[in-house]
Amino acid sequence: MSLGQRVSSDHQLARLLQIGVVLEEVVESRAAHHLESLPAEKRDAVDEEVRELLVEANEESADHRERLEALIDDLDAETVAYEEINALVDAQYGPPEDTDGVLYDQLCNEETAYKFYDDLIDAVEASDTEFALDRDRLLETLYDIREEEKDGAEEVTEIMEHRA
Amino acid sequence: MNTADQYLKAIYLAQRMEEGPASTGTLADILDVSPASVNEMIGKLEDRGLVEHEKYKGASLTDDGLQRAHEALQTYCIIERFLVNVLEVEEFRAEAHALESVIDDTVANRLDTIIDRPEECPDCFDPEHDCCIHLEACGPVN
Repeated sequence: MSLGQRVSSDHQLARLLQIGVVLEEVVESRAAHHLESLPAEKRDAVDEEVRELLVEANEESADHRERLEALIDDLDAETVAYEEINALVDAQYGPPEDTDGVLYDQLCNEETAYKFYDDLIDAVEASDTEFALDRDRLLETLYDIREEEKDGAEEVTEIMEHRA
Repeated sequence: MNTADQYLKAIYLAQRMEEGPASTGTLADILDVSPASVNEMIGKLEDRGLVEHEKYKGASLTDDGLQRAHEALQTYCIIERFLVNVLEVEEFRAEAHALESVIDDTVANRLDTIIDRPEECPDCFDPEHDCCIHLEACGPVN
């Protein structure tokens, strides 16, 4: 067992990026499920701000997923299709009780993704492995995505605060 | 999962295997580190009230240590089950060990939303086979 927090091979890097893709797919799918799960009358009551947030989250995750997939391609690995993850989310999904629950879940999504990319960046930076893909490009992509997750968490927090 | 949690998980598994305190040698084998490293960390965990250490016998988890070890093992089980069921990884044990230091419990909890994990987790983890007994890929239980 490796006790050190570092990425030591292309294989391990590809696996971690695959996990990143799955996390993005979970966010994408849960955001879509949240909107669909609300009864029609409640769906109308979900104010524009929250609706926009979920649509943005869905689009942003799809964009992150594509950027991660481009890196994974360079490592000659594959990713799990969105439809497969969507089906798994569907099988386990329990809808939040109300809009606050939706926002809380969205905050968990953003914070979890931020933590994942933050740990991954640390693990790449702690490693002196020569990866099959350009290290600068890898880190630039991860820095960008981490920043967007941080902004996303702040956006949800602001909405939660002024709704309280 | 941080290093302390990896040690607590290893102590928990060693205690189950040895039906008593976890010896330094067993922990060194499980964690693939030197006995000196094990002793140093056991001392730190003892100072934090997570482990009790008896000379010539070994380390035992306190109630607080046991709770943290349970949580750490659950996180590990999520990683293993995710690797098998979602990413269809054959060498899931080795990969789970390699990934556990990089995967945080908050991340594991999110992955947990798409896997079907038994309610008795982590009691159904088999330390000898290094996997959950309900996982088909774990193989037959002796």
